[in-house]
Amino acid sequence: MDIGGTLVKLVYFEPKDITAEEEQEEVESLKSIRRYLTSHTAYGKTGIRDVHLELSDLILWGRKGNLHFIRFPTHELPAFLLMGRDKHFSSLHTTLCATGGGAFKYEDDFRTMANLQLLKLDELDCLIKGVMYIYSVVSSGPPECYYFEHPTDPERCEQKAYNLEDPYPLLLVNIGSGVSILAVYSKDNYKRVTGTSLGGGTFLGLCCLLTGCSTFEEALAMATEGESTCVDKLVRDIYGGDYERFGLPGWAVASSFGNMICKEKRDSVSKEDLARATLVTITNNIGSITRMCALNENIERVVFVGNFLRVNTLSMKLLSYALDYWSKGQLKALFLRHEGYFGAVGALLELPNPS
Amino acid sequence: MALCGGADRGSHSMDKSITLPPDEIFRNLENAKRFAIDIGGSLTKLAYYSTVQHQVAKVRSFDHSAKETDGDPLYEISVQEEITARLHFIKFENAYIETCLDFIKDHLVNTETKVIKATGGGAHKFKDLIEKKLKLKVDKEDEMTCLIKGCNFVLKNIPHEAFVYAKHADSEFRFQNTHPDIFPYMLINIGSGVSIVKVEAEDKFERIGGSSIGGGTFWGLGALLTKTKRFDELLQLASKGQHTNVDMLVKDIYGGAYGSLGLTGDLIASSFGKSATTDKEFSKEDMAKSLLHMISNDIGQLACLYAKLHNLTRVYFGGFFIRGHPVTMHTITYSINFFTKGEVQALFLRHEGYLGAIGAFLKGAEEDNPNQYSWEENYAGSSGLMSVSPELNPVQRARSGTFDMLEMDRLERQLVNLPLLQDATSYIPDTVDLTEDALAREYWLYCFEEALDGVVKRAIASQKDQPEAVERAEKFRQKYRHKLQTLRHQPFAYGSLTVRSLLDTREHCLNEFNFPDPYSKIKQKENDMALKYYLKVVKSVEELSWEQRQFTLAKGLLAGNVFDWGAKAVSDVLESDPEFGFEQAKQQLQERPWLVDAYNQWIERLKGPPHKCALFFVDNSGIDIILGVFPFIRELLIRGTEVVLASNSGPALNDVTNSELQILTERIAAMDPVIHAALREDRLALVQNGSSSPCLDLSRLDKVLATVIRERGTDLVIIEGMGRAIHTNYYAMLSCESLKLAVIKNSWLAERLGGKIFSVVFKYEVPSKAQEQH
Repeated sequence: MDIGGTLVKLVYFEPKDITAEEEQEEVESLKSIRRYLTSHTAYGKTGIRDVHLELSDLILWGRKGNLHFIRFPTHELPAFLLMGRDKHFSSLHTTLCATGGGAFKYEDDFRTMANLQLLKLDELDCLIKGVMYIYSVVSSGPPECYYFEHPTDPERCEQKAYNLEDPYPLLLVNIGSGVSILAVYSKDNYKRVTGTSLGGGTFLGLCCLLTGCSTFEEALAMATEGESTCVDKLVRDIYGGDYERFGLPGWAVASSFGNMICKEKRDSVSKEDLARATLVTITNNIGSITRMCALNENIERVVFVGNFLRVNTLSMKLLSYALDYWSKGQLKALFLRHEGYFGAVGALLELPNPS
Repeated sequence: MALCGGADRGSHSMDKSITLPPDEIFRNLENAKRFAIDIGGSLTKLAYYSTVQHQVAKVRSFDHSAKETDGDPLYEISVQEEITARLHFIKFENAYIETCLDFIKDHLVNTETKVIKATGGGAHKFKDLIEKKLKLKVDKEDEMTCLIKGCNFVLKNIPHEAFVYAKHADSEFRFQNTHPDIFPYMLINIGSGVSIVKVEAEDKFERIGGSSIGGGTFWGLGALLTKTKRFDELLQLASKGQHTNVDMLVKDIYGGAYGSLGLTGDLIASSFGKSATTDKEFSKEDMAKSLLHMISNDIGQLACLYAKLHNLTRVYFGGFFIRGHPVTMHTITYSINFFTKGEVQALFLRHEGYLGAIGAFLKGAEEDNPNQYSWEENYAGSSGLMSVSPELNPVQRARSGTFDMLEMDRLERQLVNLPLLQDATSYIPDTVDLTEDALAREYWLYCFEEALDGVVKRAIASQKDQPEAVERAEKFRQKYRHKLQTLRHQPFAYGSLTVRSLLDTREHCLNEFNFPDPYSKIKQKENDMALKYYLKVVKSVEELSWEQRQFTLAKGLLAGNVFDWGAKAVSDVLESDPEFGFEQAKQQLQERPWLVDAYNQWIERLKGPPHKCALFFVDNSGIDIILGVFPFIRELLIRGTEVVLASNSGPALNDVTNSELQILTERIAAMDPVIHAALREDRLALVQNGSSSPCLDLSRLDKVLATVIRERGTDLVIIEGMGRAIHTNYYAMLSCESLKLAVIKNSWLAERLGGKIFSVVFKYEVPSKAQEQH
C-alpha cells in the first residue's frame, strides 16, 4: 500500500498457480479476500480497480500470478480498516508493506482497528524501485514508457513508445497532492532535489473552491471544456504581440489569473475556464521548476509519474510542450502508464519472501 | 492651497485631496526639463530634472600685500547664487494624473522640452491625455530597460538603498552597505507576472526567466476566492489568516515530520490540499493567507533555482507585489531562506517604486551624461520610505496614499572609496546604528530637537541684513522638526538612522531654506583670531625637547578640537565666554591616561622612520585648524612626511571648508617658512574631500582625493574630531597606520564610552599584517 495525502494506492499479487493441495490448506479469509478483490472493479462508492493496468503472468517469489492495481481516497481509510477487521486480514500470515505518509500517520489505527502490523517503508525508495520493476516486467501490450512526439505542433503531436533500457541519470517528478523531484543516478543512488506544494492537491483544491466541483474527474472534465486565455493575462494582452526584446511569444502566459483582477472579466468567466486555467497554471509551474532542476542537475531525461497525470492527457501534453519549447528541444518529458502505483509496487517488492 | 483630486477614473481614491500644496510637491517646475513618466497599475511616477538656484557662501582673500592692518578680516565672505542640478521624482495615485498634468502645464515655464519619456504598463492608456495636456510628445521606453537602469542608479548612488527584511527582529529593516561593485546581481520583478533578470554591467542584462504566477495571480485568484476586490485588502485579509486550515501540511500526511528527508511537519505539502479533501467552508482570511504563501514560496523557489544556475548571490526583489508591503517581504524572505538554507538573502530596495521612472528619465537624459556624476539623496526634499502596509499606523497610510517624493542632488564630483580601506565591502561609516539602538536613538533625537532653537538663532544671526531670514529660519525649524518626528516613528525612513544622517538632514534642510553657511562669520572671526597666535604657538613648541614637543603637539591638536560649535556643551561656553582660550582648553582636557590612550605606541612609532605621506581629515576652523592641526603637521613635514589636508567641499557647521583652508594656508605660509616651502615643493597639498557633512563617509570621497592618496603612497591616515572619528569611522579598518583623535564633548556619549565629558580618544592603529612584520 502507498497511503498518500489524497489517495491510497494498493497493489495486490494474485497467484494463479495455486495447486489443489494449496487451495485445500488456504484459510478461508484469504480466499474471501481474493475473491472480493478480483471479482469486483469497484469497491464501495470510491474504491476502484484499474483493470486496464493489470499485469498478468508475472513471476514473483517464484510464483506466477497477476498484479492488480486498486485505489481509494485516503479519507476512506477507516472504512478500509473496518473491512480488514471484518474479513480477518490479521489471520493471514503475511506482512502488510506500507509506504507514503499515511504508513506513519495511520500505523496505530492499523494496529488498533484491524490488528495489523505494518512494515513501513520510505516512499521515495519505493517509488524508484517500483518504476524500475514495472518497466522491467512489462514486455507486451501498450508500452510502459512513452512520450509525445512533436509536442509543439498539435497537428502532428502523437504518443510514442520510449526505450528506457539505460535509464540513468534521470529526473523523476512525482506529482501527487504535492510534488517531489528526484535526481536518480543509479539503482540505489538518488537524491530529492526539491519539491513544490503546488501539485495535484492544489489543482483539485482550487477547482473545488472556484467551481464547486468535488472530484478530480469532474475538475478535469471541466478543464477539458474550458479556455484559459480569458482568465490568464497573456504576453500579447500586455504588449500587443510578442515581447521581442526578451524572446517572449505573445501566446505565453504573463500572469496566471491576471485577467481576474478586473470585475467585468470575473463576472463573465465560466467554471470550465477557471478549471482550465487552474490546470494550466499548476502544470506549467511544475514544468518550469522541473526544467530548472534539470538544468541545475544537468539531466536531460525527465520522467513524470503520480496520479495527477491519471487520465490527464492535457497536462502531459502541456508538460511535453513546455519542456521542449523552453529548453529548445534539449529536454524530453517521459511518462509511465502505471503513473500513480509505483510507490505501492515498490513496497510490495519489499515483502519478506513469503515462502 | 488644497488641490482636489479631480479623479473620474472610478478609483477608490476619488474623495481624497492632495494634502500638500502642489507647489511643495512639484518643486522647481519653472526650471524643469526632461520629463519622464512611469504609469503602473495604480501608481504614477513622474520624473524631471531641474536646476535649483540657491545661495552659497563664498570666501575671497583680500589683497594683503597692499596694506596690512590689524583690524582687517582675513578674507571676505560673499553670498552668491549657485545653480545646481536636481532630480525630482514624485509618486502619486493614477487617479490624480489629470489634476497633476494640469498643474504642471500651468507652471511649466521651460519650453525647450519637447518630449516626455514614458514607461510602465499604463503608459499607452494615458498617452493621449499626456500629449494633449502637456503638449509633449510621448516617447515610449522599454519597461525592463528602464527598470534596470533605475536599479543600477539607486544602487550606485544611494547608500543604504538595499535592505534585508526581518519581521521579528528589533529593527525590521537591516540596510546593506553600498557595495563598490554592484554587478552582477539578479532582479526579480514581481508585477502581474514575474520577470527574473540577470544584470552583469551597466548596459548588459538579460531576462533569464520568469513565471506567470505573480502579483496578478494573487490578486486575480484572490478576488475570485474571497470576493475582495482590492490588492491591499487582500493582503490585509492574508495577514489575518491561518494557512494551515487550507493547506495540507507534511504532518497532515505523515502525522509528524518526514524525518529522513528533513521535512518538518509544518511544511506545506500541498497548497490548498485541504480544500480538495474536506467539504467545509474556508474563511476568506485563511484562503488569502494560503494563496500568499503559495505564490511567495513559488517565486522564492524559482528565484533560488535561477540564482543557483547562474551563480548569483545578490538577489533584489521589486514590483507591486513587494512594494513596501511587510507581509510579502516577509513571506518572500522566508521562502528564499528556506530554499537556499540561508545562503542567499532576499534584498529589497528603498526606492523600488521609482526604478522605472528613474530609468526612463535617464534614458531621456543620456546627453547630460547623468552617469558621469555622483548623486546624493536630498533628505530635505525626499519623503523617505513609506510603508503602505495595512498593519502600520493610519497616519502613514494616509500619507502614503497621497504623494511621495524623492529628490537627488547632482554632486560636482564623482565619489569613490578611500583606497586605503581594508575591506571596502564591509566598511560601515557609522559607529552606532540608531535604527537598532533604541536608547541611543531616543537620546540623539532628543538632543537634535533640543539644539534646534540654537540652530535657528544662529541661522538668523548669519543673515542679519536680510529681514525675511526670520521667516525662512522658522520654515527650516518646522521642516527639520517634522523630519525628526518622522524619524521617531520610522527610524528606517532614510536607511539606517545615524548621528551622521541626523546632521546631514539638518544641513540639507538649512540649504533648502537658503542658509548655506550659518557659521561663515563665526568661522571668519575665529580664523582671524587664531592666526594671530600661530607664530607664538609654533615658537613655544620649538623650544621644547623632542619628547615634550610631541606631547604638546598632540595635546594642542586635541585642545584645538574642543572648539566646536557642533557640540552643545562647547557652544554654550563659547557663546557665554568668547575669551575662552586655547590654554584654558588644554586645561579642560582629561589627564592621561586618556579614555583611549595609544599615545605611547604613537611616540614609539615616531622614533622610527618618517611616514611617506600623511592624509589628514581636518575638522573645525579657527583654533582647531590653525593652532592644533598646523603645528602638528608642521612637525610631520619637518620629519620628511608629505601631508595631504582633506577638508570639506561645502560648509557644515564650523568645519573648515577647502576654500577657507586655501586662504588660511596661504596666510600661514606667508608667516612660516616651513609651510611656505612645503607648499612650494608640493609636500603639502590641500584637497577637498567631496563632502558637506560634519561626518565622514570613507566610501564616498572625491575621486581626485583618492588619486592623490594613491599617487603619494599614503601610509598614515589621521582622522580628527567627534563627527569623523567617533560618530563615524571609529571602527573603520584601514590598510595603513591610522590615528583617530577626538575630545568627547558630549557627556551622554562620554558616559557610553565609559568616560566623562572632555574625555580624550587617542586611537593609534596599525593593520594586523604590518604588525606581524614588525
